[in-house]
Amino acid sequence: MRQSFSVGIGGAAGQGVATPGDIFAKIFSRRGLHLNAYNAYQSIIRGGHTFLTIRTGPDKIATIDGKIDLLIPLNQDTMDRHLGLLGVGAACLYNAETIKPGTPAEGVQMCPIPVSKLADISKNKVAQNTLAIGAGLSMMGVGFAALEEVLTEQFRRKGQAVIDENVSIARAGYDYASQNFKPFAWPLPMTENRYAVLSGNAAMAMGGAAAGVKFYCAYPMSPSTGVLHWMAEHARKAQIMVRQVEDEIGVINMAIGAAHAGVRSMCATSGGGFALMSEGLGLSAQAEIPVVVIDCQRAGPSTGVPTKTEQGDLWQMLGAAFGDYPRVIAAPLDIGDCFTLMAEMFNITDRFQCPGIVLCDLLLSEGRLSVDPEVLNFNPTIDRGELITSNGTADHEPYKRYKITESGVSPRVIPGVPGHTHTVSSDEHDEDGVLISDEYTNTTKRRAMMEKRMRKVQGIEASVPPPEIVGPANADVTLIGWGSTYAVIDEACELLREAGITANHLPIRWLVPLHGDAIVKLLKNAKKTIIVENNFSGQFARYLRSETSFVADGHIRKYDGEPLFPHHIVNAVKEQLAGNTTLSVPVHEINV
Amino acid sequence: MATEVVTPKAMVMADLKGKVDPDWCPGCGDYGVLAAVQKALVELQIPKHQVATISGIGCSSNFPGFIDTYGMHTLHGRSIPVATGFKMANHAMTVLVTGGDGDGFGIGCGHFVHAMRRNVDLLYIVMDNQIYGLTTGQTSPTSRLGMKTKSMPFGSIESPLNPVSLALSAGATYVARGFSGDQKHLTELIKRGIEHKGFSFIDVFSPCVTYNHDNTFQWFRPRVKRLEDNPEHDATDWVAAMEKSLVWGEEIFIGRFFERNDLPSLNEAEPVLKAGPLVQQDVRIPADVAKSFVDELM
Ligand SMILES: Cc1ncc(C[n+]2csc(CCOP(=O)(O)OP(=O)(O)O)c2C)c(N)n1
Ligand code: SF4
Repeated sequence: MRQSFSVGIGGAAGQGVATPGDIFAKIFSRRGLHLNAYNAYQSIIRGGHTFLTIRTGPDKIATIDGKIDLLIPLNQDTMDRHLGLLGVGAACLYNAETIKPGTPAEGVQMCPIPVSKLADISKNKVAQNTLAIGAGLSMMGVGFAALEEVLTEQFRRKGQAVIDENVSIARAGYDYASQNFKPFAWPLPMTENRYAVLSGNAAMAMGGAAAGVKFYCAYPMSPSTGVLHWMAEHARKAQIMVRQVEDEIGVINMAIGAAHAGVRSMCATSGGGFALMSEGLGLSAQAEIPVVVIDCQRAGPSTGVPTKTEQGDLWQMLGAAFGDYPRVIAAPLDIGDCFTLMAEMFNITDRFQCPGIVLCDLLLSEGRLSVDPEVLNFNPTIDRGELITSNGTADHEPYKRYKITESGVSPRVIPGVPGHTHTVSSDEHDEDGVLISDEYTNTTKRRAMMEKRMRKVQGIEASVPPPEIVGPANADVTLIGWGSTYAVIDEACELLREAGITANHLPIRWLVPLHGDAIVKLLKNAKKTIIVENNFSGQFARYLRSETSFVADGHIRKYDGEPLFPHHIVNAVKEQLAGNTTLSVPVHEINV
Repeated sequence: MATEVVTPKAMVMADLKGKVDPDWCPGCGDYGVLAAVQKALVELQIPKHQVATISGIGCSSNFPGFIDTYGMHTLHGRSIPVATGFKMANHAMTVLVTGGDGDGFGIGCGHFVHAMRRNVDLLYIVMDNQIYGLTTGQTSPTSRLGMKTKSMPFGSIESPLNPVSLALSAGATYVARGFSGDQKHLTELIKRGIEHKGFSFIDVFSPCVTYNHDNTFQWFRPRVKRLEDNPEHDATDWVAAMEKSLVWGEEIFIGRFFERNDLPSLNEAEPVLKAGPLVQQDVRIPADVAKSFVDELM
C-alpha cells in the first residue's frame, strides 16, 4: 500500500481555505514528499462550500483517495459533512468556540482549539486557520522552523509586523497541540528529493512557453482560466504576446492569424467556448495553418457545472467543425504530462499544418501535483516542419502554397518573404490558393485537394506512438482509460494486486490518431477488459467501438462532477469480476 | 530571419494584379475600391510582400484573391480577429482588412467594435453596398428603413446602423467615408489610413448593381459631399465629426471625419513587441528566465 497522509481543509469560499492549503503543500514538497491536491468547490465567490484535499507521501501520489487523516473544518458545514471520512488514527482540529463537534468514528481524535484564548481574533480574522496549521504540523512531527520559513515567505510583501503576528499565532497553535493533543502515529518522513508543485493549467501554459509559443489568447472560462493567468503574469519575461479577446470566436481566429504570420500560437477554453471555436478549427484545417487549442473539460452540457470535472467533450472534439479534415487530439495523463505534451503537440501540428487539441479536464487543470523539476524541460525538440523563411534563389519556381505532395504537406512560407505572395483561403482552393468555387464546380481540383489534405493522416499516425499496456501481462483484468484517469487507474491496479487480483492498465494519451489496430492486438488476449471514464455515456468506449469494433466486457463510469477515486475502481472491478454487473457507476461518498 | 531581397525597381499597378481577374458583376462598386487600394500602395511604394490583405466572406471579401500581396480569405465576419493576430505576430507588415457590411457590421460587429477599442494598427475598408450580395440580396445592417429585399419583402423595419458614428463612438482613431465613384478621393483616404498608426476605418459606398436598386451610383453621386471641400472641417474635432456623420439625405458627407494621433497603437503599447516583430524573435526562453519559472514552484 502506498504510504500517504491526507489533510482536508473545508469552509465557505472566502474563509481562507487556499492559504493553509498552499502552506501545507510547500512544507510537504520541501520535505521531499510527493503530493496531490484537489479543491472541490462551487461557482460562488463568497459562501458555498469548498473542500481542499492535500494528499502527501514519499511515493508517487498522483490522486486523492477520499480518506482524510487530518480534518480542519473552518465552519460547521465542513464538520458536519466531512467528519465521517475520518477513521482510526485520524484527527480533527477545530475552533472550540464556534464549531460544535460531531460524533466521530471510533479511534478519531477530536482536537478543540480555544481560539480566542490563544490569539487576538479581533485583529486577525484568519487566526483559527493559522492556529490549526501550527497545531497540525506539530501533530505530524514537523518542526516549527519549516512553518516559520513558509509564513515569512507568504507574508513578505505585507511587512515584518504581519509576519511576526502570524508566526506567533502559528507558534501558539503549535505549542498548544504539543501539550494537549496526541501526535499522529506515523510521523511524516523526509527525503532528499525536491519537487515543483503546480497545476495542470500552469503546466500547459509553461509547456506552451517551452515549446516556443509566441502568441496566446483566451476568453476566461473555468476551468481553463488558469492558463490565461499564468500566461498573462509571465508574458513579459517569456516574450509572449498575450491577449484577452472579446469572445472565443475572436480567440481562435486571432490565434490563427498569428499562426499564419508565422509564430506558434495557442489558446485555451472549456466546452462551451470550444463550441464557439469550432468553425475556426475548420479554417485552421482548410487554410492549413497550425494552431493548438486546449479544452479543459467541465461537466456539461451548456454551461453545465462550472466547477466540476468530467470527460464529456470527446465527441465534440471528434466532430468539431463540419467536413472531413485531419486533426490531432491528445489527452495529458497527469499534470507533468500537461507540460510535456505541449511541445509534442506543437511539433505535430507544425509538421502537418493542422489543428491540434489538448483535451484536459478540471481534475488536472485545477489540481496540483508535485513534479520532478527535470520534467519541466524548457529545451524540448522544436520541429517547425517545412517552412520557407527566405526567398532562396532569385529565379525560384512560382510558389504554390497548396502544392500537391505525396505527404500531403506543402511547404509553408512565412509572410513577408519576397516572391512568395499568395492567398490562403477558407474556401476550397487550387494549389496556388485560387478559389475553385468560382470556376464552375471543379470536381478534379476539389478531389485532389481533399486527398492532399487527408494524406496527412498517415504521416500523423506514423509520428505518434501506439499505446502500451502498463503492468503485468496476462492479468485477470485490463483497465482501459484515457487522459486524467491515468493515475487513479494506476493506483487502483496496485490496490487490486494487493487484494490478490492481477490487474494491468492501458492508458490512452493520443485519441486521434488512435492506433486502433495496435489497441485491438493488445486487448485481444486480455482476460477481461473494463473501460473507465468520467462521463455518462462511455464516450471513449463508443469511440473505440466505432473505430475498431472492439467491445469491452465492462464499464466504470462516473458523472457526478467529482473525480474517480482508486477505491471506486477497486470496488467496481470486484463487483464486475463477481459477475454482478457490466456497468458500474460509483457513488461519491459526500456532497462537497 | 531571412535576408530580404528588395526589388529595386518601382512597383507599378500591374505588379499588384492578382492571380485571377475579379469575378464581380460588371459595374460592381468593388472594382473602384480595388483600384484605389492598388493605387494607394503604388503611390506609397510599400513592397507587396510586406502587405497582408485579409478578408471575411462575401462578394467584397473575395478581394484578397484579386490583388497580389500576402492574402487571406478567412471566415464570414472573422477577418478582424485574424488580422489582429497577424499584426501582433508581425507588426512590421502593413495589414489591410477588406470586407462587406454584412461581414463587418452583422456577424462581425463585435470584433469591429473591439478592434477600435484596442486601436490595433489595421486599415479596415468596408465595401458598404447596404445589401448582402453573395447570398443574393438580403437585408444588411446598413439597409435603409423600408428597403425591400428577399428577406424583408415588405420592407425593412429595423433602423440602419451608421458605421461612421459607430466607429467614432467606439474610439477609432481614424474614421473616414469614401465612395467607389470617387476613386481619386478614396485613394487619398486609403493612403492616409495606411499611414495612420492605429485603427483606421473607411466605410466605402460601393454599390451592388445587381441587388440594391435603391443606393445606386446615380443615387449617391449628387448627394456625396467631400469634407475636404469644406475648409471649416476640423478632423480633430470629435463632436463635429459625429454631427457630420449623422447627416443623411440630400447631403451625405464623405472624407476624413476624424483622426487623432495621440494614442499609442496596440503594438506600440505592448512591451513584448519592443524587441521587434514576434515572428523574428527567438523561440527559446532564456535559461535563467526558464529557471525562475520553475523556482517559483519549488
Ligand atoms: C457563418 C456563416 N454564415 C453565413 C454565411 C453565408 N454568407 C456568405 S457571404 C454573406 C453575406 C455577404 O454580405 P456582405 O458581407 O455585405 O458582402 P457582399 O457580398 O455584399 O459584398 C453570408 C451571409 C457564411 N459564409 N458563414
Ligand atoms: S452581387 Fe452585387 S456586390 Fe456582388 S459582385 Fe455583384 S454587384 Fe458586386
